[in-house]
Amino acid sequence: MSIARESVKFIAFLTLLFSISVFSQEHHNNHSEDGSEEAFDPTEVIMHHISDSHDFHIAGNLSLPLPVILWTDNGLVTFMSSEFHHDEAGEVVVDKKGMKFVRYHDEIYYAGANGALDFDAEHHPANDRPLNFSITKNVFTLFLAAALMLLIFIPVARSYKKHQGAPRGLAGFMEPLILFVRNEIAIPNIGKKKYERYMPYLLTVFFLIWLGNLFGLIPFFPFSGTLTNDIVFTGVLAVITFLITTFSGNKQYWGHIFATPGVPKPLLLIMIPVEVLGMFTKPFALMVRLFANITAGHIVILSLFSLIFIFKTAAVAPVSIAFALFMFVLELLVAALQAYVFTLLSALFIGQAVEDHH
Amino acid sequence: MILAGIGAGLAAIAAGIGIGKIGGSAMDAIARQPEAASKIQTAMIIAAALIEGVALFAVVVALMKG
Repeated sequence: MSIARESVKFIAFLTLLFSISVFSQEHHNNHSEDGSEEAFDPTEVIMHHISDSHDFHIAGNLSLPLPVILWTDNGLVTFMSSEFHHDEAGEVVVDKKGMKFVRYHDEIYYAGANGALDFDAEHHPANDRPLNFSITKNVFTLFLAAALMLLIFIPVARSYKKHQGAPRGLAGFMEPLILFVRNEIAIPNIGKKKYERYMPYLLTVFFLIWLGNLFGLIPFFPFSGTLTNDIVFTGVLAVITFLITTFSGNKQYWGHIFATPGVPKPLLLIMIPVEVLGMFTKPFALMVRLFANITAGHIVILSLFSLIFIFKTAAVAPVSIAFALFMFVLELLVAALQAYVFTLLSALFIGQAVEDHH
Repeated sequence: MILAGIGAGLAAIAAGIGIGKIGGSAMDAIARQPEAASKIQTAMIIAAALIEGVALFAVVVALMKG
């Protein structure tokens, strides 16, 4: 991850150079009074914003404590994350069941005998970690997205049961979206005969990713957590697509991998490993594409806002807000587009696996 | 660190060329056959997503190596 930090530092450095030449008068005035003021570190701010956390930060010093659930050597340990008192440096020790825990950069470690962390040569903590099943910010966002989806889709499904005619209300609003997934994604890629089995998965993935992306663009509580800038989340979705593709693969699909038709026998020595590798690179690309797109968008928006604090003047605010607004609008498009692309490619891979003949 | 930046930049250039070519060809195709626009669009997005995937691999490698 450090290139992101380094490149952000580099951008910050460039903007600082620029600011020194342009706003030299202001800078001179600031520094003559107080030479030791603490520098604003955009890298740290941005990395903190896009990473998962045990507290849900709301505003200022206000944050919602979330439950910490640990599976330790002595069994289950639970407490609220407020017991760490916002400490991220491994200084506040929480004592439970005769074990000591400290938090360092959003990871929870067993504290050493003296209640402190031991660091290795590269300044990473060398302490052991308990298995962490905590309800973190991302897990909270996932529950929120799941609750919202249930609130939307259960009434929609019920309204179709009640009256047969044209859909009304919420169902009328959701129908075009659902039909879009069916008619534009599922049927053309999987085929008219077999698409129905896969519709529940495709619809779930489409709306979950879309909501997950949109939550990240709403900057206030209880949203603002982004599901899809967590590579574990996108990875799990990609693994599900991989499992569905693999288990619904027919003779034709496996034949293409292990005995590619029309290929001379000696070439199969090369073809089989390449095809087997291809089975895994497809879901891997799904995982990385979604994660990197959303994370990159967030980094750009936060970098634009950081410019104000790097320049230390409100004069750049109009420029950086205008650009950030542009990025926000672009991200609204990307949020829908990436949900579409993930669902489309999932449908395409499933379609390849269940295809009858060319 | 700078080398990783150059690598990410090269990946961005290559992806730009690739996606630009796809977009251009799709525009041509749609202009010739406006009735096939939706099919061409789907194919265009799939191809663009595949190229973007490779470009993002490069970005992630640059992220990890830097």
